[in-house]
Amino acid sequence: MGTVTMAKALNAALRDAMADDDRVVVFGEDVGQLGGVFRITDGLLAAYGERRCFDTPLAEAGIVGFAVGMAMSGLRPVVEMQFDAFAYPAFEQIASHVAKLRNRTRGALSVPIVIRVPYAGGIGGVEHHCDSSEGYYAHTPGLKVVTPATVPDAYSLLREAIADPDPVVFMEPKKLYFASADATLPVTTEPFGRAVVRRPGRDATLVAYGPSVPVALEAAEAARGEGWDLEVVDLRTIVPFDDETVTASVRRTGRCVVIQEAQGFAGVGAEIAARVQERCFHSLHAPVLRVSGLDIPYPAPKLEHVHLPDVDRVLDAVARLQWDDQPDPRWLAA
Amino acid sequence: MTTTPPAVRRASPRTRRAAAPPDPARALLPSPQPVRLLDESGARIAVAGYPEPPTDSLRELYRRMVIGRRFDLQSTALTKQGRLAVYPSARGQEACQVGAVMAVRDTDWVFPTYRESMALVSRGLDPVEVLTLLRGDWHCGYDPAARRTAPQCTPLATQTVHAAGLAYGEAQQGRDTVALAFIGDGATSEGDFHEGVNFAAVFRAPVVFFVQNNRYAISVPLSRQTAAPSLAYKGVGYGVASEQVDGNDPVAVLAVLTRAVAHARAGNGPFLVEAHTYRMEPHTNADDASRYRDGAEVEAWGGRDPIDRLETHLRGLGVLDDAAVAAIRDEAEAFAADLRTRMNAEPTVDPLSLFDHVYAAPTPQLVEQREQVRAELAAAAENKEVAG
Ligand SMILES: Cc1ncc(C[n+]2csc(CCOP(=O)(O)OP(=O)(O)O)c2C)c(N)n1
Ligand SMILES: [Mg+2]
Repeated sequence: MGTVTMAKALNAALRDAMADDDRVVVFGEDVGQLGGVFRITDGLLAAYGERRCFDTPLAEAGIVGFAVGMAMSGLRPVVEMQFDAFAYPAFEQIASHVAKLRNRTRGALSVPIVIRVPYAGGIGGVEHHCDSSEGYYAHTPGLKVVTPATVPDAYSLLREAIADPDPVVFMEPKKLYFASADATLPVTTEPFGRAVVRRPGRDATLVAYGPSVPVALEAAEAARGEGWDLEVVDLRTIVPFDDETVTASVRRTGRCVVIQEAQGFAGVGAEIAARVQERCFHSLHAPVLRVSGLDIPYPAPKLEHVHLPDVDRVLDAVARLQWDDQPDPRWLAA
Repeated sequence: MTTTPPAVRRASPRTRRAAAPPDPARALLPSPQPVRLLDESGARIAVAGYPEPPTDSLRELYRRMVIGRRFDLQSTALTKQGRLAVYPSARGQEACQVGAVMAVRDTDWVFPTYRESMALVSRGLDPVEVLTLLRGDWHCGYDPAARRTAPQCTPLATQTVHAAGLAYGEAQQGRDTVALAFIGDGATSEGDFHEGVNFAAVFRAPVVFFVQNNRYAISVPLSRQTAAPSLAYKGVGYGVASEQVDGNDPVAVLAVLTRAVAHARAGNGPFLVEAHTYRMEPHTNADDASRYRDGAEVEAWGGRDPIDRLETHLRGLGVLDDAAVAAIRDEAEAFAADLRTRMNAEPTVDPLSLFDHVYAAPTPQLVEQREQVRAELAAAAENKEVAG
């Protein structure tokens, strides 16, 4: 047991996966000598050499397309996109090939690649460095979309992503990279497709993933002072989605708030809210509410705090869960 | 018709050799070595096709480079003081930053990257407006339409296609505007660079693609970007004339860029220039360059300082003396002092401005969200008052 950052846990997962399976190769921009701009690949070049860990020309479409070909040859590429918004040049490769090869070829070809994407904000980054792009991937059938919120999950989910037979977009919340926790590595946590109740509670369920999980936990703590006992569910994998755990929680509590950093409109939170009301209608005492980023381009550093979901906004939403069985005044005015 | 004309068949071997068509690719290729008009000591080298720019221009180039470097040092200092969120320095690249913008007119368009803060200041943009992006107030602090300067571009190489479209659009509307697109060595690996050059070539758009090859893309050396003898060779495959230049030789940069701009403006299509240079600072303040390059390399490039080179040349010409150098340094100090004062005043950014300009007119959802944020802010202010 020792204190480990999420960055170190991810690094350890790559190291261990490379040690266990000679087919695992890591490549991308600045992942070699530099060890990645967030140091997630630190030391891999020294440990495994140029064949297993290498810098590529600066071209994201090239990186992902190259990975597709390498996977077809039998290797297990793990590629790094330097930042969320810089993965967009690769989107055609991801949406048209990575996601579809298995289906197009009736299973004859598969591309078990992992595309690591540092994502989301809260780090004071200038434009194009803070996008929450999970919705684009989650909307694309054929891709698994995974996002750890804890140090053990960072290790375990990345190991599972590398071993998975399907392509995985592995979304790493940048603001949690250097958050540390007591953890013993290697560690195996719950598998893909399983959400976890991070904090049990009776009055309402907060559903969160990735960077929003700490916000949800903080809000649940603060809510105690207001007399609410909140449950927090960490999705861990957006695709596959764990209807069972989420549904069971909301049936118990009867109220639900979904939290995501991404802009709200047509986002992952909308999907979750829809699924919950479809499955839990008769258990619900209030509509499922969402707390999300605003429907604006990600703001410049000085205003990002206005955009991001925070404890106050979560508590405001909880307060609007019709505790006195009255309609939400916010929508009455309209 | 596939029959060979009899005239050719009957031609003598000698005539036939003379009639062989010139290789069109040759005219597009860059010089085998980077064009250099000043050697490292500042002594003049004559190169055919590249007359020395007028002395007044060279003095102005010198002045702007000194101010540009002072601006850059001040920006790095402001970053250390926490006044800027991030700063990508161009120290060492002054000849490129200043020489390139001096080769274009105010009515031309410039497409800069994050690296070009110095170039924009040299173009006459307000330094505080230039630094707005890096200070973290808003994504672009100047008026791109008024200044004919696109927002500084971070998604690599994407601006090259915009430059092609802008130049084509201007030409279609009868204007003789040239677009100057900056790009780094690493970014030439992106697909958009190739699409930008090809579009410009096919539509004969007056674009100058200016590659500052500073040898690194963050940590990745040039050898990982290309196997070509020079990045300027990328032009020939697209039918684009190209040249390579010593990017630490201010006279050569200005001369080559002047030729490139004239070529584009005269309707000959785009032109690609690669400048060989070096960034003396890390990629940004957040980078640790010691992980990928050694001090000896940095030191060696320090010996090729572009400002020293031009200063030696101008002193040799007798058009710059101690008094003139001192006056320019004073001007640069005053510039930096003014920048410091203005940057130390923290601007207030209105949170509700987040909802402006997402669309020409806000959607109903944005109107609703704006109202919610306004109410939150009002409540927070009230709480503060009660608490205070
Ligand atoms: C599409 C895209 N991918 C990655 C990045 C991250 N990034 C920012 S600067 C940079 C290196 C660029 O190197 P180069 O083009 O040589 O320009 P320089 O920074 O050296 O001026 C990288 C990889 C980005 N901004 N955009
Ligand atoms: Mg470079």
